[in-house]
Amino acid sequence: MTNSTIDIDILRYRPEQDNAPFVQTYRIPYDEEMSMLEALQYIKDEVDGTLSFRWSCRMAICGSCGMMIDGVPKLGCKAFLRDYYPNKIKLEPLANFPIERDLVVVMDDFITKLESIKPYIIPAEEKSLEQGEYIQTPEQMAKYKQFSMCINCGLCYAACPQYALNTEFTGPAALALLARYNRDSRDAGSAERMAIVNAEEGVWGCTFVGYCSKVCPKGVDPAAAIQLFKVESAKDYLIGMFKPE
Amino acid sequence: MSHQTSQPKRSHEPVFWGLFGAGGMLTAFLTPVMILITGILIPLGIIDSDALSYERVHGFATSWYGAAILLVLIALPLWHTLHRIFHGLHDIGVHRGRDWQQVICYGFAFAVSVFCFTLLIQML
Ligand code: SF4
Ligand code: FES
Repeated sequence: MTNSTIDIDILRYRPEQDNAPFVQTYRIPYDEEMSMLEALQYIKDEVDGTLSFRWSCRMAICGSCGMMIDGVPKLGCKAFLRDYYPNKIKLEPLANFPIERDLVVVMDDFITKLESIKPYIIPAEEKSLEQGEYIQTPEQMAKYKQFSMCINCGLCYAACPQYALNTEFTGPAALALLARYNRDSRDAGSAERMAIVNAEEGVWGCTFVGYCSKVCPKGVDPAAAIQLFKVESAKDYLIGMFKPE
Repeated sequence: MSHQTSQPKRSHEPVFWGLFGAGGMLTAFLTPVMILITGILIPLGIIDSDALSYERVHGFATSWYGAAILLVLIALPLWHTLHRIFHGLHDIGVHRGRDWQQVICYGFAFAVSVFCFTLLIQML
């Protein structure tokens, strides 16, 4: 190991003492194995215990360590110093979310959106336990599996220019989650959820920039879910014209 | 109106998105070909300019199928373009008078479509 160091700029904000966010620079020993999250942990343990950030799994599965790294939404545990060294790195809280403290953001709106799309299976008829499980073939599962891989990290909302302009937009992860349930053969709640899809704040708030899918660390491709839904919604519109309810 | 008890209001965007999509297809696939023929191959004499002589073009435009093709080729890319401009204005942050922006953008596409339609009908 070498004795080289790396500089990291971190946007800090402690509501009880700072009037506005400001940048603080930390110099730490460079290690090519080190992730951004480990760098933050090093700073917290060895340099400045007041720094706040979220994390849990350290392996891109819990979705808590999202942050802007040189302006790009990424998971701290999945980004490595070696890809930036010897340049200085800039860490900021996820864009488009209010800052709670340092790199911690307020995710309430995001969670509300996820809950709003009825993220649970609505069966055509309830079965009792004795009647057994709802059976599904691998082919039926393949229809929605990709959209079920979301870890709710919020990177796609930080990437979305439409959410940035108007937070009424249901947004990429919630619409991908909606697709996950509507495409599930065990679910019969499509009609209820289509009302959310059909709205201006539903898929029609999207102008297909596609950056959400680019930053998604799990290959969910929310942009694809939304484009597929535009076709569905257009069909639904036509049907709605002929049979007004 | 809709099958739901709660708030979300159905958007009429599918109509404009449909025209936008159809126009986009034409723009992507046919416009380059048309530019190639009328802007490069004919002026360079690679295609004989008689191929686009007044008589031939007039004959085409005054047949019912020719007129239909021309209308589609003019109107749809126009709807495509103005839909893009309308949403582009939002994207670059021009938020004032969205209603007027909408009326002007789609109104223009509609007006030119009608104009073109009338012109073609008259020649038939
Ligand atoms: S869709 Fe991807 S980027 Fe968006 S919250 Fe889910 S995992 Fe994160
Ligand atoms: S710490 Fe769990 S995703 Fe990064």
